[in-house]
Amino acid sequence: MGMRIVIAKPGLDGHDRGAKVIARALRDAGHEVIYTGLRRKPSEIARVVMDEDAVAVGLSTLSGAHNVLIPKVCEELIANDMSDVVVFAGGIIPENDRENLYSIGVRAIFGPGTSTSSIIEFLDKVSERKKENLEVGVGQNSGWRWD
Amino acid sequence: MNIIASIKLAKEGNRRELAKLLSSIESGIKVPVESSNPWVLGVTGPPGVGKSTLIGAMTEEWVSRGERVAVLAVDPSSPKSGGALLADRMRMSTADSSSSVFVRSLATRNHPGGLIPFLDPMINLLGSCGWSRIIIETVGGGQSEIRIVAFADRVMLVDGPDRGDIIQAEKAGIMELADLVVVNKSDIPNSLHVSNSIKDSLNYSGNDDRPVLLTSAINNDGISELIDAVEVLEVNNERAPLRFKERLLSGWDYLLLSNPLLSDILLDLESGAINLEEAIERLHQS
Repeated sequence: MGMRIVIAKPGLDGHDRGAKVIARALRDAGHEVIYTGLRRKPSEIARVVMDEDAVAVGLSTLSGAHNVLIPKVCEELIANDMSDVVVFAGGIIPENDRENLYSIGVRAIFGPGTSTSSIIEFLDKVSERKKENLEVGVGQNSGWRWD
Repeated sequence: MNIIASIKLAKEGNRRELAKLLSSIESGIKVPVESSNPWVLGVTGPPGVGKSTLIGAMTEEWVSRGERVAVLAVDPSSPKSGGALLADRMRMSTADSSSSVFVRSLATRNHPGGLIPFLDPMINLLGSCGWSRIIIETVGGGQSEIRIVAFADRVMLVDGPDRGDIIQAEKAGIMELADLVVVNKSDIPNSLHVSNSIKDSLNYSGNDDRPVLLTSAINNDGISELIDAVEVLEVNNERAPLRFKERLLSGWDYLLLSNPLLSDILLDLESGAINLEEAIERLHQS
């Protein structure tokens, strides 16, 4: 049984080819993928995750606003009692910006050239950690990350 | 958290608990809620006619009239991977922000009998949590979609202007269940012609006064009139027996598909040990 995963496009970014490829790959791996469509506010993304009772949310950003938008989504999730939701990100996120994103609870960051199979392996690992009750959610302070 | 406490919170307006309870129902857990006599509209029609966009526009109109709208958007699961791509909500503009709107995407999953055993409890839970208008959206017009919309007391068929004629819908049998037909995309020239030909075909069979309406969901044209028409639909009409028949058949299918003897009987049928009549007899006796 797959997981319910939201794939979201935060902010003013019209590039969704990557998000759509990921959505299809996750579906083909047996997951139920809810795609938000373009230009969602962080608060809207948190709402979708809540109403859809998703286990994880993947944030795709290529606009350069990741340092603002991704932390906002994380804050919204934590503020709305969704600390157990897993956050991962993809798109154009420079190496230098990643440490900060990991420190606020992002568990994986996938850049250009990532094969879809490594994202699926990450999600398998997430599923395993959930089963073992190991911390993996955005607001759970475990320091675990995928690399 | 125990389920009773969770139901209490959901009824007080806690969306997170409501969402989790819906997941519980979907995973087969019984959620004890008294019958809430919910108001339900089933919406179906071929892919690409604008069902989700139309539901989005209808939702906005309902919210402006003070209603609280919940949508169950059903999409098929992949028979191969079991996964699903659920993207109806992206066409519903207020789905992610308004506190008077709740949208839940559902995959049909590969349960025996699909979503059927879970729909009733989900609708009932939403009703008892104060959602005054509940919409079930399914794509297509095949038998399983008809089964799903038959769980609603009102059924709306949506068609588009670029689909040739309504014969396709009539073939699938959905026309017989529909209480109201909408031709969306009225901004495209052919739409008036299509709605006229639907009216004509309804009139062939005598005194059929079911409404046929034109809308343009992206331009918000005809939406207020559509809501007016939906609000006055009579639930107890000549189509009610058909709806109950579909619901009964759903329940029957579910019983059959979850019968523990089923796989043995299928093997015997395959090997030629019994014929179809004997197989039915054996199921009947179990």
